[in-house]
Order: sequence, then C-alpha cells, then structure tokens
Amino acid sequence: MTNTPKAYDEMQRPDGSVTSPYTGYNAWFTAQDPARLESKSREAEAFFRRTGITFNVYGQSEAQERLIPFDLVPRILSHREWTKLSKGIDQRVRAINAFIWDIYNRQEILRAGRVPKHLIAHNEAFLPQMMGFTPPGNIYTHIVGTDIVRTGAGDFFVLEDNARTPSGVSYMLENRETMLQMFPELFSKIRVQPVSDYPKNLRRSLAASAPPACTGKPRVAVLTPGIHNSAYFEHSFLADQMGAELVEGHDLRVVDGRIAMRTTRGYRVIDVLYRRIDDDFLDPLSFNPDSMLGVPGIMDVYRAGGITIANAPGAGIADDKAIYSYMPEIVEFYTGEKAILRNVETHRCAEPEALKYVLDNLADLVVKEVHGSGGYGMLVGPAASKTEIAAFRKKLEANPASYIAQPTLSLSTVPIFVDRGLAPRHVDLRPFVLVSPDGVNITPGGLTRVALTEGSLVVNSSQGGGTKDTWVLED
Amino acid sequence: MLGKTAGGLYWMFRFLERSENTARLLEAGFRMALTRSSDAESEWRSVLTTSGSRTLYDEKYDTYTDTQVMDWLLRDGDNPSSVVSVMKAARDNARLVRTALTTEVWEAVNDTWMTLSDLLKAPVSPVELPGVLATIRKQSALVRGALHGTMLRNDIYDFARIGTFIERADNTARIIDVKYYTLLPSASAVGSSLDNVQWEMILRSVSAHRCFRWLDEQDMTATAIADFLIFDRRLPRSLAFCVKQTTENLRYLEEEYETRHPCHDLADKLRGRLKSLDITTVFEQGLHEVITEFIRDNNTLGAQIENDFRFIG
Repeated sequence: MTNTPKAYDEMQRPDGSVTSPYTGYNAWFTAQDPARLESKSREAEAFFRRTGITFNVYGQSEAQERLIPFDLVPRILSHREWTKLSKGIDQRVRAINAFIWDIYNRQEILRAGRVPKHLIAHNEAFLPQMMGFTPPGNIYTHIVGTDIVRTGAGDFFVLEDNARTPSGVSYMLENRETMLQMFPELFSKIRVQPVSDYPKNLRRSLAASAPPACTGKPRVAVLTPGIHNSAYFEHSFLADQMGAELVEGHDLRVVDGRIAMRTTRGYRVIDVLYRRIDDDFLDPLSFNPDSMLGVPGIMDVYRAGGITIANAPGAGIADDKAIYSYMPEIVEFYTGEKAILRNVETHRCAEPEALKYVLDNLADLVVKEVHGSGGYGMLVGPAASKTEIAAFRKKLEANPASYIAQPTLSLSTVPIFVDRGLAPRHVDLRPFVLVSPDGVNITPGGLTRVALTEGSLVVNSSQGGGTKDTWVLED
Repeated sequence: MLGKTAGGLYWMFRFLERSENTARLLEAGFRMALTRSSDAESEWRSVLTTSGSRTLYDEKYDTYTDTQVMDWLLRDGDNPSSVVSVMKAARDNARLVRTALTTEVWEAVNDTWMTLSDLLKAPVSPVELPGVLATIRKQSALVRGALHGTMLRNDIYDFARIGTFIERADNTARIIDVKYYTLLPSASAVGSSLDNVQWEMILRSVSAHRCFRWLDEQDMTATAIADFLIFDRRLPRSLAFCVKQTTENLRYLEEEYETRHPCHDLADKLRGRLKSLDITTVFEQGLHEVITEFIRDNNTLGAQIENDFRFIG
C-alpha cells in the first residue's frame, strides 16, 4: 500500500515546520552527525542482543529468538495531549471494571438492553465460574494495555482494550533505558516524564489487591508458561524488577486452602499471582483439562478468597472485539459521562446490514476476527490482492458473526532514523494502566509500535514492526 | 528460593562445566591423534567413552576419523554432550533462573552462547581447532569470573558450586576409569614410552600436565599420577578437591536453612571414604573397583541433592 498523502505527521507540519512537542528534539537532531547516530543505532542492537531482550516467534524452529527492532527517534507527546489521553483512559478502565463486575453479578446493562445478551452468553471469554463472585477490591483488570491510534492533531481513538494479559511493558522500560544510555545529554536538555517507577507501582498495585486470607506482607509471584513463551523475557524481567518469584504451574499446588510454591525449604504461600497465561490454561480442573501450565484447584482457592489472580479470570469479556463496538454505551452506562476517547467506527458483521456493507467494501476495510489477536487472521483490504480478498470473502460469508470491520484509518506517522535521515512511518501507542483499590495509575507514555516498512500500517512485532521510546513532556 | 530455580542453577553450572570438559577432552584427543596417528582410532574411542557419548556415536558413524569425532564433540545436535548442545542447555537454564543471576553472570552466559553458536555454525577444520578451543576456555573463564566476582555468597551460589563440582568429580573419575589400565603399577620403575604418552593424555584431559611437573617431586609414575588425580587437594580437578567443595557448599546450605538432609550424610560418607583410602589401599582394593564405586556414589549424591532441595515436584 502506498503512503496516503494526508497521513498526519506528529513531527512535521505540511509546510515543513516542526510541531511544538518536537521543537527541542529537532534542534538537537539537526546538530547531530548522522554517522554517530548510525553507530549508536548499531550499539543499541548489540545491547538488546547481549542482554537477551528478545521474543520468540512461534513456528520458526531456527532462530527462535528475534529482536524487536528499536528506532532511536522518540515519539513525543505534549503534556496537554497526554493529560487528555490519560483522562480518557482512566474513565475507560473504570467503566471496564464496573462492566465486568456487572456482567458476573447483576447484569443490569443486559437488562437495560444496552448490550445484547447473546454477545455475553455465546462468548468464549465469558466464564460462568465467575458468576456471583467479587474479586478483592472489585478489581478485574489490574493491568490494562489500551491501544491508541491517532489520525490528526487532536484525533485519538481507542483501537483495542487489552484487559487480559497485555504485553510490551518491558520494551517500554528498556527502550527508555537504552535512550538514557545512548543520549544522556538529550534528557538534560528536554524534560521527559519518567517511566521507571512502573515495576514498583506494579508491585504496590498487586499487593494492594491481596486476598482476604493474606495476613502479613503480601507475597507476589509472576506465573509464566515457561522459557519457550514468546514473552518470556518480559515475564522474567518483571519478576526481577519487582523482586517477585517467577513461577510455572508445576511449581505451585494447593496447600491448606492456599496456593503455595515449592521452594528449597518446602512450600511457601503466595498471595497474589500475576499470571501471564490465558484463562483456559489456568486450572485444568475448571477449564482446559489438558493444560499443563496451570494449577489444579486454583479456581476454588480463588473463589474462597485464598489468592488474588491478576488479571481476574473472565476479564476478557471486556476486550472482545464485538464488545468493543459497545464501549461508548458501556462508558456512559457506568460513569454517566460521555466517553472522552472515541472508538473507531465498527461494523458488526453479525448484523445483516453491516455484513452487506462490509462485503461491498472489502477492499477499503480492515476486517478482524472477534477473538483473534496480534494481527493474525485479519484482512487489510487496501493492502490485499484480489485473490486474498476473494479468499477472505468466503471465510467471512461462512461465519459472519466471527468478524468485525473497521475503516482503514490513516494512522499518524512519526519519523524513524534511516540512512539518509528521517522518514515518516505509521505508529500506534499502548499506554500501560495499573488498577488497584487505591486507584488508577497510568505510566506517562507507553509503548509506541512503528511499522518499519514505508507505507505499511501493520505495527505488530510478529510482522516486522519495531518500537520507539515514547516521551511525555513535563509541563 | 524456588526448588526449580535451585535445580536450574545446579544444572546450568553442570552444563557449563561439561562444555569445558568436553573441550579439554577433545584437545587431549586431538593431540594424541596428531602425535601418534597409529593409535588415533583407539584414542578417539576412549575419548568418546569418557564423554559418555560413544553409544550414540556408534549409531551414527562406523569409523573414528578426526574430523568426524571433532564435529561430534563440538557441534552435533544428536550428541547431548557436544559443546553446542551443552551450551544451549546451560543458557536455557540460565534463562530459567535469570532472576537469580546478576546481570554480569547472565550476560557472560548469553555472550558465551552467542559467541559459540556463531563460532560453531560451520564445521571446524583441524587448523581452526586450537583457536576454537581457546575461545571455549576463555568464555568459560568469563562466566566463572562473573560468578565469583558478582554473586552473593548465599544459597544461589551454593547450588551453582555444587553443580560444578558434582560434574567435575564425575568427569575426572571417568577419565581415570577409561584409562585405569594404564595407571596400574607395573613391574618396571619407569614407564615405557607408550605409558608416558598415555599419562600425558590423562593429565592433559584435566589440564594438569604442567601442574604435575611443577608439584610432583617424584618421577612420573602410574602411582604418582593416580595419587595426584584422586587425592591431591591442591589440584582443583582431583576427586578429593571436588568432594571437599561439594561437602562444604552443602554445609553452608545446612547452616543457612537450619536443616540437615540425607544428602548431607551421603556427602560426608563419600568424603570419609576418600579420606580412609590412600593410593596403596586403592590399588589393593582395585583401582577400577574404587573408581566405579566413586562414580556411582557421586551420582547418587547428585540425585539425593535434587530430591532434598525439591528441584522437581
């Protein structure tokens, strides 16, 4: 696909002048020797490789570990832009938690007819085991990654609410570390809000959600599927940074109504489990009986108040792409306010009229699977060949309820560093949000993902995307 | 500490030790093959036996040529003891226990793995071999240095050291075992030239050929060499040294955890057994028998440690 000429560039206005958040950076950049930046860029790659900041790609037996390319030009947001964004995110995650509680308890929103019942009843993310249960502090989504895209100066949209186990926060932290090491002088010239408190805040936030059975200082552990998982680096990184144990399912068992981990000195109780495995694998007694990754009986302990599981099982009901299209109603229903952040216009293919529209306009739309994730199983109409569109049409007609469609957004661009200088590339943004009984905490910035190929709109790391450090300027 | 983490540390350092041992064996074998080409086949056979991979090798190859054995010991993924396989296993364990390692140790292991994977991407020619072996030695010194220089002296360190010495004791004992017949005292006071070559091979396999000349005032005899490898506590690869280290690290764990396990008794017994012997009684009881018994007891101790500290559920 070719670069749409009207894409909004966050650094440079059409007349060539530089936007205000980038003024300081631009002055610094133009004074740099490109050869030095070139060598810094290679240095960064060597640094990532040496420290093992890699991700595994499923289905690639050789070279299983790859780096996510890092671009040294930061993505910069002004204090004002961020304030508006963070207010909108705050409002949205509060509504999401209220929504999930309601779905598993009184279901008022269904009774009020604002969200159709069948979307819940037939939803794979809905867990009947959660009915009538309230997790500690009413928190379901302790960690949220809200995907934001931008199309104009003031036009921010939420693309997805990742309410299950959002990943990428380790890259946010390591990208900033890398920038601080490579260009310390930049940070003395330009005042950027720090992100390094995230691990401390994560730990505090998890500890604040300890279960009723916890008596002393809450003991936190991170549950990983193991070293072959694509995000294993992040799991060990977060455990390390929080000073928490990194456990796998086979390290855990139920002991006297609590979850305990096997240590060299016997079993020790865990109070809060930050799990990075899907609901389905959490408890072979309650869900997928073949799961080797989870802990048999953990759901019973959970419901009895013996452990806090973060995020709560069944929280995925809120980030389903079909539910997504109802988010403006959901926000209004629970907060009594209009949603501050806009949704991307979404056509639900389950509805005959919408389906007809989508089928007629496949070449212009992005079609996504309702339950899919990470850019797999989707069609980007304008980038697809006629054959691909025809093949996708068949899939869509066979199972329309599994899909939603959205207009192809003209994502904003931010320059990346290429051999001849700067070149615009499309970006998105995933801010990381912590929710605890003490409140909502949003780390200023987040992870900016960038499509490295000219004109490409696909920013997923599994499909050739890279990342940037994201700056929110001090006021 | 998680039992799994203790196990990961123990195995990480067993594998690191093994990579160095394999490289050393290869070095000694290669030297034999160069200097005494008529015996090359049988020397390679005993190198493979010592490395514990001969059965697998024989399933794959019918002959024992330099390049084949070199490739098998350095690069072959079918050989679980090849340098590449062992380094991969060491790094996988390091990833597993990453939260227990200092940045320096993790980066040293990761760097070692990256360097060796790159170096061993393609078959190594005999001309390149000395350089490759030197790199392997250098990399393991890097990891060891990072461990000694940066890790807290706590249970994490103890499990790392116990893995190292259980593996090293096993390795030295295997070398003696495979070559025991050349170490039997013979009627002649001075060994034949053939014996001398064999003895040098043995000493090289434990990087002790120079130490021996430095330390030992006696002539090079079978008895002196066996005594040196089994009992000399100045030699960091002797059985007595390894057992002493294992016992001490286990004792630190006993103090820190305030718990005595069956493995502590086993370790004390093994150490006591070595102390009750000297080289004369070893030959009276049979070198082969004594060493076989040692290998068995050392393995039993390893298994008991895994069990007592709950490496696996």
